[in-house]
Amino acid sequence: MSDERGSVPPLAESRAVPKRQTRLSLVWIIPIVAALVGVWIAVTRVLNEGPKITIVFRSAEGLDAGKTKLRYNGVDVGTIMKIRLSDDHEHVITEVQMAPKTEGFLVADTRFWVVRARISGATVTGLSTLISGDYIGMEIGSSKEDKRDFVALETPPVVTYEVAGRFFLLKTTNLGSLDSGTPIFFRRLQVGEVTSYALDNDGKMLTVKVFVRAPYDQYVNPDTRFWQASGIDVSLTASGLSVQTQSLLSILIGGIAFETFPSGRILPAAEQNTTFTLYSNRTQAFEPPPRNPQTYELLFKESVRGLEPGAPVEFRGIRVGQVTDIRAQIDARTFTFSAPVTIQLDPQRLGIKLFGLGPGEDLATIRRKVINSLVSHGVRAQLRTGNLLTGAAFVAFDFFPGAAPVTVDWSQTPVQLPTIPGELQLVEESATDILKKVDKLPFKAIGNDLQKALVDFAQTMVTARGTLASAQGTFTSATGTLDTASNVIQPNSVQLRELDNTLQEVSRAARSIRVLADYLERHPEALIRGKKGGPK
Amino acid sequence: MSPAAVTAMQQGLQSCETCHLLSRPAPGVEEGRCPRCDEELVFRKPDSIQRTWAYLIGAAICYIPANLLPVLTTTTATGKDSDTILQGVILLWSPTGWPLSLIVLFASIMIPSAKIVALVYLLISVQRGSVKNNAQRIRLYRMVEFIGRWSMVDVFVDTFTAALIQLQPLMSVEPAPGLLFFAAVVVLTMLAVESFDPRLIWDATSAKEVSI
Repeated sequence: MSDERGSVPPLAESRAVPKRQTRLSLVWIIPIVAALVGVWIAVTRVLNEGPKITIVFRSAEGLDAGKTKLRYNGVDVGTIMKIRLSDDHEHVITEVQMAPKTEGFLVADTRFWVVRARISGATVTGLSTLISGDYIGMEIGSSKEDKRDFVALETPPVVTYEVAGRFFLLKTTNLGSLDSGTPIFFRRLQVGEVTSYALDNDGKMLTVKVFVRAPYDQYVNPDTRFWQASGIDVSLTASGLSVQTQSLLSILIGGIAFETFPSGRILPAAEQNTTFTLYSNRTQAFEPPPRNPQTYELLFKESVRGLEPGAPVEFRGIRVGQVTDIRAQIDARTFTFSAPVTIQLDPQRLGIKLFGLGPGEDLATIRRKVINSLVSHGVRAQLRTGNLLTGAAFVAFDFFPGAAPVTVDWSQTPVQLPTIPGELQLVEESATDILKKVDKLPFKAIGNDLQKALVDFAQTMVTARGTLASAQGTFTSATGTLDTASNVIQPNSVQLRELDNTLQEVSRAARSIRVLADYLERHPEALIRGKKGGPK
Repeated sequence: MSPAAVTAMQQGLQSCETCHLLSRPAPGVEEGRCPRCDEELVFRKPDSIQRTWAYLIGAAICYIPANLLPVLTTTTATGKDSDTILQGVILLWSPTGWPLSLIVLFASIMIPSAKIVALVYLLISVQRGSVKNNAQRIRLYRMVEFIGRWSMVDVFVDTFTAALIQLQPLMSVEPAPGLLFFAAVVVLTMLAVESFDPRLIWDATSAKEVSI
């Protein structure tokens, strides 16, 4: 195109037309660059997009779609994108967009939980969440199996996978002050923690899961006893006052201590998840546990005040069992009160020395035989007061040779063993008996009789006085008689001298007879021939 | 039609865009300079439509990440928070903050998009040689030109915030990639407006009239 331009005045007739732009302007680079950058960003975003996972929570409290992060060791590795309810409205399902390259974290045993401020026992955790809001904590599992749908833990795990050690299960009837995070002590060293606890299905026992860190877990073996070291254990015994605590921490928040029963056996360390009994104190923990305890019943007619379940049962001062139950029972016919007391005897404590089992014999029949024989020898249960201060009572078995014979009825369950009233009861009874007898004495009649007797006595005395006077006369005459007698037997009396002479004559005669007898013995012929001359 | 329908270009005259001096181009020379202000003189901006389209498409492309990517990353003790423009609008929306929220909504979302739409309409109508609504279209163009600069408010606010709020480690604000795209949208739309020659709007009308 071209403009024809004349030299001057008549203004142009030609018509200017804007140039048709056919060539591509350089400016197109801009949208192309923008598009490329946009595509590049989109591609890298898509390529870098991490996996999407779902985590199921019980509640979405503190969780925020688009805000709440998923953190591993303080690093954000994901964000909750969406929170929705499960179809049954019971749970909350969160969809989490993970950071790129986190596929390796998402394995079968990876665990998630909500981190929020928690104060449990010794530890205050998640304080930062007070400001930053809750976040989801995670722990990467070691499994090789991939997983995308997870169920979060209710409480953060106390122990993470990285810590070496072993878990053990403790059975208890009472949780006490335990909580997850409660320390475990071994020789006052904190070696582990309570990780969780749950009520058993039957609702009778609690199972407390504890974790003992390596290397202390090797000190837990089948002979190890665990007990609640909560607070201060003060006991007043015959040896004095003893106070036992684990640490200041355990006084404040409780704890569990363990120690191995000094059995002298060398045992291998306990397996993971071995079940132990959690005792309520150290003393109890170190009592040999009753094995195969035998239940018996004792029927006490007296008041069982001071007797409590757990009270000891002693056999001549040796603890052989404990009281498990005390009830009251009133006989509808006689209206007499009795207290059936159930006891558990530990056959281990009440050892029976066996000399081998005979044919057809087993331990039960031998035990029956032994108890029968003990009962027939006068062994009876008696209620005794163990502590005068508190009035705590215990059951004592002892020999009472004078006890009325009884036979044990083995058909009952539990078997009833014979009892005898307690010492105090016995004293009381005999005192009552005596008082009753004294009460029965006819004191009035006795008084009357006594008076009568005294009158009689007075009369007797008068009579006696006369008797005495005559007696005096008798005595005087007797004196005369005795004087005469004494004259007769005086040393120089005539009768005595004559008797002496007579006796001398008799003595001489005896001598002659002896001489004759001697001669005749030697010369018996002399009786016939006569005496010969003198000996040659 | 009014005499104004005859354009300077039709008369072979060039108008200076800066000082609006009307001058006759030197014979045989298409590109001269304004004798008064030494501005380059053209009958019409070269490649106006093409360039406007290019800028506009670039702006439209950038408009997508500008709205999808976060524009601001706030790091506080509570953690890191990235917000896109729309999230910011929602965040600001409160019984007391709604005017602010509306300002952001207008300045950052509606104006850029309105600008793009308006320019697309102008370009298409010019290319199709539309003769209708000339007055409306030129008014639209003026509005777009006037309003365009205000879109930069968002970028300024964000950069100021990022520069001022640096209370490490308590709190810090950093611009996020979305802001870059947003700035690109604003700049590109401004360039598009700049490269569009409004005279094209009535060229068609004049041409038609002349031909008639």
